[in-house]
Amino acid sequence: MQKTLKRYFPIFVIPTLIAFSFAFLVPFGMGIYLSFCKFKTITNARFAGVENYIKIFEDRDFVNALWFTVKFSVLSILTINLFSFSLALALTRKVKGTNLFRTLFFMPNLIGGIILGYIWQQMINAVLLKYETTLVANATYGFWGLVILMNWQLIGYMMVIYVAGLQNVPPEMIEAAEIDGASAWQTLIKVKIPMVMPSITICLFLTLSNSFKLFDQNLALTAGAPSKKTAMLALDIYNTFYGRTGYEGVGQAKAVLFFIVVAVIALGQLVLTKRREIEQ
Amino acid sequence: MKKKSTLNIILFIVLCISAVVFLIPIVFVLLNSFKGKLFISNDPFSLPDAETFAGLTNYVNGIEKTGFFSAFGYSLLITVFSVAAILFFTSMTAYYLTRVKSGITSGLYYMFVFSMIVPFQMVMFTMSKLANIFHLNNPAGMVILYLGFGAGLSIFMFCGFVKSIPLEIEEAAMIDGCNPLQTFFGVVIPILKPTAITVAILNAMWIWNDYLLPYLVIGLSTKYKTIPVAVQYLVGSYGAKDMGAMMALLVLSIVPIVFFYLLCQRYIIEGVVAGAVKG
Repeated sequence: MQKTLKRYFPIFVIPTLIAFSFAFLVPFGMGIYLSFCKFKTITNARFAGVENYIKIFEDRDFVNALWFTVKFSVLSILTINLFSFSLALALTRKVKGTNLFRTLFFMPNLIGGIILGYIWQQMINAVLLKYETTLVANATYGFWGLVILMNWQLIGYMMVIYVAGLQNVPPEMIEAAEIDGASAWQTLIKVKIPMVMPSITICLFLTLSNSFKLFDQNLALTAGAPSKKTAMLALDIYNTFYGRTGYEGVGQAKAVLFFIVVAVIALGQLVLTKRREIEQ
Repeated sequence: MKKKSTLNIILFIVLCISAVVFLIPIVFVLLNSFKGKLFISNDPFSLPDAETFAGLTNYVNGIEKTGFFSAFGYSLLITVFSVAAILFFTSMTAYYLTRVKSGITSGLYYMFVFSMIVPFQMVMFTMSKLANIFHLNNPAGMVILYLGFGAGLSIFMFCGFVKSIPLEIEEAAMIDGCNPLQTFFGVVIPILKPTAITVAILNAMWIWNDYLLPYLVIGLSTKYKTIPVAVQYLVGSYGAKDMGAMMALLVLSIVPIVFFYLLCQRYIIEGVVAGAVKG
């Protein structure tokens, strides 16, 4: 069977491969090469060694963006997972209207980042109006605005993953714990949480990579204002590419560094998941 | 048993409060979309009354200034055709890569999977320049690009499922005289259906909401604007002046998603959970 199928390579694989080359393969290869070049358009590149990588650190934009992104990600991961896990616990207790609540909490996840960003921009500005200030007056407002927005968007998403995990905990196990005299708190810590560890790993990494790569919401909510203080990594890379002429190479070099960080995070997830699979 | 029911009542109340908090931003935008644009900034939290009520003025403005219906049409067109192309081509590729064992196929597989972890910023500049050179800056070109970007996740998910299909079924079809194409479309595709739904939902969600790719490839000012690009365009050019139109446009952008969500929420939630667990 393999032999006959093998001859069908052009029909089965080539169309996808062509699209993949346009969208990813060629741009990726060129991107790596161009990060070592000085260029304005991709056709007049001149090799420049590691100049672009040195230039990244000439001003503090990239480092500031990295620090802002890390702070934002840590806080978002903690709050989102705490809230979504609590909601999931509540929703697996057969409370009235469970389906309605699930539907509602999940909904923001489907709204696009740009639209979400502007909804919250209007909301937060309306609240701050009472104090005669705006979202872009102070970087702290922008930071908390992003954290709230991210919570609103992702809580429902993580919640449905936790609900699925909790529903897979065998009821006999919880009953056994209760018969042995475990309190609700002990059942949670000693039975439920260890049993949903795979879901927790998934949710931690999903929130991490979503917060780390955030762009649309950042652009719509503050666009980095005031003076780039609320710009995250993706937005900083974007601004370097399209906001400063002559800095295209630096933008590409920043993008390569960004890619490396994201890849390390993804590999970390892979290793953790693999290790757990072996243990089981 | 009694203790449990009191706890459930408390939980129910807490959930109700959370639900209200969750809805505030949507209700806020909805209310303000019916107020005159000058009144929004004065008192954003009041209900529209006889003085501030603006009827559908904001909606008319928002639709006219951005060409919302055209944006909706292009969003729909691009999303539907991209998802169809992704389902059709990546399922074939995934099938081939799983069933033919060689260095080339496993190399290709890892390349597709690898593309999933590369952030868009890494390829956006070179990709958009290439797209201009090869005249992909139109809806048809966007479908090709989305096929390329969607390939990683889709192939990964299809491969995972094809592996679990017993080989005997396909061998029986082959012995009965089917060629690989007939086997694939007649035998494998029907079995793939549940995974296909998941792949379709995951791709439709991000393609519909995607902003940066259409913005970079097609641009702000052309007639091919999608909804996220139209929203950004309105804010960039009129937003500060006409908050009413912006509120209306935000409501209009949410309506199709909410409608679609309520229509097939079971598939969406299940699809998203399946996608998260496998991805």
